[in-house]
Formats: sequence, structure tokens, C-alpha cells
Amino acid sequence: MNKTTDISTLIDNMAGELRERVSIDGQTAMVGIHTGGVWVAQRLHSLLGINEPLGVLDISFYRDDFTRIGMNPQVRPSQLPFSVDDRHIILVDDVLHTGRTIRAAMNELFDYGRPASITLAVLVERDGRELPIEAAVTGQHMELGEQEHVKLTGPEPLQLEINRAP
Amino acid sequence: MSVNLQIGEDGRLRHFLSIEGLNRALLTEILDTAESFAGVTEQSVKKVPLLRGRTIVNLFFEASTRTRTTFELAAKRLSADVLNINISASSAVKGETLLDTLRNLEAMHVDMFVVRHADSGTAHFIARHVQPHVSVINAGDGRHAHPTQAMLDIFTIRREKGPDFGRLTVAIVGDIAHSRVARSQIHALNLLNVGELRVVAPRTLIPAHVESLGVRVFHDLHEGLRDADVVIMLRLQRERMEGAMLPSEHEYYRLYGLTRERLATAKPDVTVMHPGPINRGVEMDSHVADGPHSVILEQVTYGIATRMAVMSMAMHPVTGQESHD
Repeated sequence: MNKTTDISTLIDNMAGELRERVSIDGQTAMVGIHTGGVWVAQRLHSLLGINEPLGVLDISFYRDDFTRIGMNPQVRPSQLPFSVDDRHIILVDDVLHTGRTIRAAMNELFDYGRPASITLAVLVERDGRELPIEAAVTGQHMELGEQEHVKLTGPEPLQLEINRAP
Repeated sequence: MSVNLQIGEDGRLRHFLSIEGLNRALLTEILDTAESFAGVTEQSVKKVPLLRGRTIVNLFFEASTRTRTTFELAAKRLSADVLNINISASSAVKGETLLDTLRNLEAMHVDMFVVRHADSGTAHFIARHVQPHVSVINAGDGRHAHPTQAMLDIFTIRREKGPDFGRLTVAIVGDIAHSRVARSQIHALNLLNVGELRVVAPRTLIPAHVESLGVRVFHDLHEGLRDADVVIMLRLQRERMEGAMLPSEHEYYRLYGLTRERLATAKPDVTVMHPGPINRGVEMDSHVADGPHSVILEQVTYGIATRMAVMSMAMHPVTGQESHD
């Protein structure tokens, strides 16, 4: 059940890859997606020494399944403490699965402004994409069954849990 | 009765009619959700796509500018389509006619009614008769309830004073007898375990047995404001006054009008609130209304986020109609 992967090593590798792909300068900003994405982003943010404070997104208001499941009772405020306009944004999430969360996050980002670019970094990339969205930087790739779900728990310690839906 | 009407079998908000019948967890959920919506105003595009394709009808049988406008803006910031229907109070609406109005609007496939009416119980009546997928929000009914106003006031207090209501003394001053706002505020503040809740007014403007709601009654403003953290001034409802409840507005101001001098007995960081519209020189002096303790305009701003929260939480999910993606 519990795959003990060394998350720190994965995040270190992600940071190294991001340094190669993105030039980290005054125009770079990082945004984590609630909740797991923020945990990963906090570590990447300090590893990369990004000047702008970390932004956080709660995409509840941008989900495409609101009409079916209603309001998420645990929504938290999104906070982007910098101007999005002309910014090179590194968007961070814990798991990339269907791609719908990233679609919602990009829609929300564009309601704050027009970024120069968005680079997607995820801790785990798994199969099951439903939208044409891919990560530029990935900590780990996983092949999982349709009934299997991977989840990041944390914040201390960060652990990946694989659960099988009943 | 109202418990079942307002809360669905899944524990979610179904209609929002009065604070009575709700629980503390639900009030806190409304406040937390409103906090998230407050951030939407920082976006350059000040709206979220949450209620795209949903239709909300503002059904106002009683004149209102601020409440209707903030409900309308809240609905628009949620990307809903909004219809404003103002039915003049003079064209007395009988039960049957009201139901006909409802059936006609339902035939246009609306999802939510926001209702204001001069008669107590109208929102409940409508909620009992709408189709299962339609939600009802009470925007004020007679002297009974104005729950979204109470929630935005509580939201304002939480923003000003923090989440611990237990250490706060709140004084509600003015026409308690006619005020649906006061009634909803009292229920909400008690649900959140406010430290001390006071009502301050002349005897003619205090309803009988108000102590049973868990408030301390003061007839002297000086005493009622002593060490208060929050002072909520109520509007003198001139249009609702029947008979000789007050000698005159001038006399009322002399005894109960809030001035800088009178405010001095409250805590130094006291917060002054008013649901609007203010009668300057009747309930309060302009120095107080526009002064450093006043959060009257913040209340208006927060009213939008609070109403966005209530509307999105009460909006019924579409069931049995799987979308094609």
C-alpha cells in the first residue's frame, strides 16, 4: 500500500531540472496549488531562492464539476502577492492526473493577469490524462490502475500514499 | 421545521432563510467561504466561473438599493445570470398571486430566488413551494429575519476583531423592536458564543421578553456602551413606526444618538457598525459615521463576498443530468 519514496530527493531533482529549464530572475514567480502542491512549492521555492513570495491557489471556484458536486466546504483564499502580468510563472502541484486541476488553475491565473509564460512542475505524473496538459518537470512517473489513487500527505513528513478505491 | 427546510439530508445548505435552525459549523463555513470570495476582488477579472449558466432572480417586494445591488453584484461575480424583479409593495400580493408569480418564473428554469418582502415568513413560504432544485435566500422578511445582513456583520466583526467571539462585548443600539437585522444578529452572535450581548434602546423600542434571547437590556446609552468592543447602530425605521413610540427624532438623538463623546466609554479600539442607510443626526453624528472607528463602508464591501458565499453554498448541484465531459 504505502510506497515509501524519498520525497526530498524527488524535490531536489525537480529543483535541479527547473534551474536548467527556467532562468530564475526577478520576473520569476512560483505558485502552488492547495494543498499538496503548496507543500511541494514551499520546498522548491526556497531551494531555487525565488525572490517573490510564494503564491497559493485554491481552485475550488474554477472547478468544472461544481454543477455536479456543489461547493467545496473547505475552500481557502487564493493569494498571489505579486502582479501576474508579464511574469514567468512556475505552477506546482503534487499529482498530475486528469489535467482538470491544472486547467482550472490556469483559468484562475489568467483572471489575475497575463503571465509571460507558465511552466508546470509536478511531484508525481500518473496516467489518465483527459486534457492536453503535460508537465515540464516531473519528480516521478507512476502507472496506476483506474481504481488507484495517489495522494501526498503532509506537511511533515511528506509521504505518498497509494489507495485503491473500493 | 425550518431545520429541515434549510439544511438538506446531506447536511448542506439548501435554503438560507433565517439564522435559527442553523448550527455554528455552518455559520463558520459561510464565513470561511466568504473569506475566500473576498480575495476575488483582488483579481483583475473580478469574477469566478462558479455559477455559469445558473439563473438567479432577485424578487423584491420591498424597496431596497444596497441589498439588491450587492446581491446582484454577488451573483454577477459568480458568473450567474441575474434577473431583477421589483414588485411594488402597494400592489398587495395575496398568497395565490405570489404562487402564480413563482410558477411562472420557475417555468423559465430559474435556479434561485432572492426574496425580500414586508411580510414576515414570505421567504419560508416560497421555500416550501418551490421545485426541489430551486433554492431560496431570504433578503429580509418583515420584522422576522435578515440573515445575510447578520452574516456580513459577523464577517466584518471577525475581520476587525479576530475569530474569538467569546472575548467580545457587542452592543446593539436602537430600534430593536422593528429590526429584523437585530433579530438575526442576536441569533448569530449567540450561536458563535459571543462574550456579552447587549441591546440598548428606549423601552418603547425593545420587544417584550427580549432577555429570553440571551441579551442584557440597557435603557441608558452611556451604560450600554461601557467597555463595548463592537457597537452596532440600527436604523430608526421611520416607515415602520406606528403611533407615538418616540417623542421626536431630535429627542431620540439627544438620548441615543452616537457621538464621539458618548463613544468614549467604549473600548479605545471600538468598532462602530451600521447596516445602512444612515439617518445622519438621528442615529449617529457624522464625526462618528465617517470617523476612524467606523467600518460602515467595509460592511458594504463584505456584503458582496458574504452573499457570494451563501449563494454558492445554497445553489443546488445538478443531479441526474450528467454533463457530457
